[in-house]
Amino acid sequence: MQALYAQLLVGLINGSFYALLSLGLAVIFGMLNIINFAHGALYMMGAFCAYFLLSLTGLGYWPALIVAPIVVGIFGMILERTMLQWLAGLDHLYGLLLTFGIALIVQGVFQNYFGSSGLPYAIPDELKGGMNLGFMFLPIYRGWVVIFSLVVCIATWYLIERTRLGAYLRAATENPTLVRAFGVNVPRMITLTYGLGVGLAALAGVLSAPINQVRPLMGADLIIVVFAVVVIGGMGSIMGSIITGFALGVIEGLTKYFYPEASNTVVFVLMVLVLLVKPTGLTGRAA
Amino acid sequence: MSALTDDTLPITPRAIRDEMIVFAVMAVLLAVVPWTGIYPFFVMQALCFALLACAFNLLIGYGGLLSFGHAMFLGTAGYVSAHALKVWGLSPELGILAGTAAAAALGVITGFVSIRRQGIYFSMITLALSQLLYFIYLQTPFTHGEDGIQGIPQGHLFGVFDLSKPTVLYYVVLAGFLGGFLLIYRTINSPFGEVLKAIRENEPRAISLGYKTDQYKLMAYILSGTIAGFAGSLKVFVAQNASLTDVHWSMSGEVVLMTLVGGLGTVFGPVVGAFVIIAMQQYLAGYGQWVTVIQGVIFVACVLTFRRGVIGEIAHFLRRSL
Amino acid sequence: MKHRISALFLGTALALAAGGDAFAQDKTIKIGVLTDNSGLYSDLGGAGSTLAAQMAIEDSGMQAKGWKIDLISADHQNKPDIATTIARQWIDVEKVDVLMDVLNSGVALAVNNVVKEKNSIMINTGAATSDLTNAQCSPNTIHWVYDTYMLANSTGQALVKAGGDTWYFLTADYAFGAALERDTTAVILKSGGKVLGTVKHPLNSSDFSSFLLQAQASKAKIVGMANAGGDTTNTIKQASEFGIVAGGQKLAGLLLFITDVHSLGLKVAQGLSFTETFYWDLNDGTRAFSKRFSDRMKNKAQPSMVQAGVYSGLIHYFKTLDAMSGNPHDGAKVVAKMKELPTDDPLFGKGSIRVDGRKIHPAYLFEVKKPEESKAPWDYYKLIGTTPGDQAFRPLSESTCALVKK
Repeated sequence: MQALYAQLLVGLINGSFYALLSLGLAVIFGMLNIINFAHGALYMMGAFCAYFLLSLTGLGYWPALIVAPIVVGIFGMILERTMLQWLAGLDHLYGLLLTFGIALIVQGVFQNYFGSSGLPYAIPDELKGGMNLGFMFLPIYRGWVVIFSLVVCIATWYLIERTRLGAYLRAATENPTLVRAFGVNVPRMITLTYGLGVGLAALAGVLSAPINQVRPLMGADLIIVVFAVVVIGGMGSIMGSIITGFALGVIEGLTKYFYPEASNTVVFVLMVLVLLVKPTGLTGRAA
Repeated sequence: MSALTDDTLPITPRAIRDEMIVFAVMAVLLAVVPWTGIYPFFVMQALCFALLACAFNLLIGYGGLLSFGHAMFLGTAGYVSAHALKVWGLSPELGILAGTAAAAALGVITGFVSIRRQGIYFSMITLALSQLLYFIYLQTPFTHGEDGIQGIPQGHLFGVFDLSKPTVLYYVVLAGFLGGFLLIYRTINSPFGEVLKAIRENEPRAISLGYKTDQYKLMAYILSGTIAGFAGSLKVFVAQNASLTDVHWSMSGEVVLMTLVGGLGTVFGPVVGAFVIIAMQQYLAGYGQWVTVIQGVIFVACVLTFRRGVIGEIAHFLRRSL
Repeated sequence: MKHRISALFLGTALALAAGGDAFAQDKTIKIGVLTDNSGLYSDLGGAGSTLAAQMAIEDSGMQAKGWKIDLISADHQNKPDIATTIARQWIDVEKVDVLMDVLNSGVALAVNNVVKEKNSIMINTGAATSDLTNAQCSPNTIHWVYDTYMLANSTGQALVKAGGDTWYFLTADYAFGAALERDTTAVILKSGGKVLGTVKHPLNSSDFSSFLLQAQASKAKIVGMANAGGDTTNTIKQASEFGIVAGGQKLAGLLLFITDVHSLGLKVAQGLSFTETFYWDLNDGTRAFSKRFSDRMKNKAQPSMVQAGVYSGLIHYFKTLDAMSGNPHDGAKVVAKMKELPTDDPLFGKGSIRVDGRKIHPAYLFEVKKPEESKAPWDYYKLIGTTPGDQAFRPLSESTCALVKK
């Protein structure tokens, strides 16, 4: 029984990663109707950014948490300005294809320069070590990940759903012409939103750098799972993605305990089931 | 959902004549390959992928459904054929039949699940199903996982054609490709194809006219999957192995790329696209790291500025239907 | 239609017959390095393998004796179909005589078939699967550096003897991982140890916390990692987080390379024990070669055992051709001669090639140094034990290779 509790807690920790990552994706899809296939690559860039900040400028983990998302976010905004905005009126699938291409480029370039073995990034000293909870030994860093992700998720949800800025963002994507008529700079809102989504991905990257190897392909395998989370949670629903992310982490943890070989596939089985029954996801609005 | 393909040119007798001429040219060019210096194995590989891309194109260009999981048909047929040839010792024609039948069955099962939804949801479902199948194949013993099924015997087709001779194999593969291509062409220009196009242009209208659109889409999906499987079975003879790369989602991505480059919704586009991408992969193999980057750049360039693809641009320029 | 086909047959047969007889004995050699330049194993082989081949050509002095040697390389992208197409094209069109490196077990097995069919040569320095000299052995293939049987044997045996008699396995859930676990379990049981349990994880997992928890709960003295590449490095990194080593258990890597240790860093990798057959700092011979190698490498990396194998394999290949005074362009013939001659080079020392194509040389058990014990970059290993070549690899009596006369 103790082992089960331990696995549930571990599942929650993983869930917080899924939640954080799918949050960025949900923001981008919900606000911009773009399926951002490059999300995995941008997550990877966040981790690499943290690595560079440490090795080139000596900036450690804590500044990296702020600087890396901003840097990658700016990169994302440039992408949006130069490429994505030309696809505004077209079918969703073009956005998917474009971001797929961008992901290939980013990952290929990083692979060329950094090989594939991965670079080391240490856990910051303040968060090292662990606590003995009785049923398991919890590394402090992992506990930090859960708390931090929860805070960021709730803050983002609050920003989008409860503040005036968020209201502008939501309105701008539902009816850009009308909002523009009110004097709001819609293209700028869209660019900022994309930057926000990208920044969230990069933040997840920084968080994961100390526990996963910093490799060029670290996002490629993760991206499909994250898609599944967003689809199950409701494409475009912020709260849906957060809840699904955590829930999926827990379900995956349980699967790893009872039937480990299926832990990779359980996500997709769930996704297919949800799509059959409720195509807009558990809490999503109609597309 | 009509922005993806630009099929506004009507099918006139002249258009059909144009397409027949291009088909004849293509067939002749391909038939003389063994006499030129070009390495036949490269062309055979390209032909298999060209057929796969054509099958994919049937679904997206004429059915309006972007499948991000076509690799599952290629891989399933490949594995079943390989197993049939190597372990059950079936003759080549039965092996191909087995593989294609498996792909068709997969098409029925997955189609039933996926067709219910449109647009982006359809794509996501196909991606998820393909990924699911990938993990299943990774673990089932008959696929030998990462090692794949190796050393598949080539045998004699119909007891007569010795497939271990490159030239014979080439003509068999070419025949298979041309057959599959003609089947797709016939489908596009049949009453069934017309209904499909109508559904793609305006599904509610088609429904209001009394067509059971889901059934048509399902038929198109199954047909597309079966032909993709046929291509996969042919490929087994060319490569003499069946591996996990054939079922991975990046393979699905490559099919999309080939069709995009050639021209979504054009008849000959996928063929051109397949040859371009395969050529790029083979001849740039020395620059390994950059192939992915170049593919990405081509994706981006195509989506931004070259949306009609090679054949599409040519067709648009000449105001013909290609 | 039938007439056309038979005419085609006749034409093709004649053409083949005409071209086939000319096994000219000349002094030209074409070498092809088929490796992974862009993916998971690019640091292990990749550009370094091509460099090692280049150095072998230069050091052998063959060109001064009038031989014309060409070197080409390609990236198989870890895909068996691309690899077989390149191999076929190289042998048919480019007239490559010998293929080097070919890492990735799936790729190696596929290329093995092509090389046998076309009577070429493969000196495989990168793949792990022991099938290359067992069920899939061929008169055209030599398996140079290491294989799963030897790794299991050396690491498993040495660790059990050193006191690690209870094991728990973390296994990658696919054929290769299962084979590693199976081979190592056999060795552990034979040496008097016990396997307390095993857990299978999906390939390319990024999070091992739940599996590590189970390993911890088992209280086994050794946690064996029957996986490779990114899975192994992730397991190791996360194991240190969960205090596995601090809690008294030891981690055993069943397939680890110096490139993995380099990417993990000594703080995380310290105390790991595993087997390799080459280490740059082992003796004067290896040091001399490695200095020249790393000076020419883009990132000043030291050679991995895969890259060292390319050099060593080519040196022996050249020695053989020199003894034959010409290149018959007949794969099986040259390989047979390579098996007759004993091998000797500064990298792997004295060794031999067995009838099943297995190269024999000693296996070394290394332990990763603590950060304070390391004096320079890449100074990572302490030598703990050596298994002589004839004991490390699968004995011929257990082999299912058709070439072994029983």
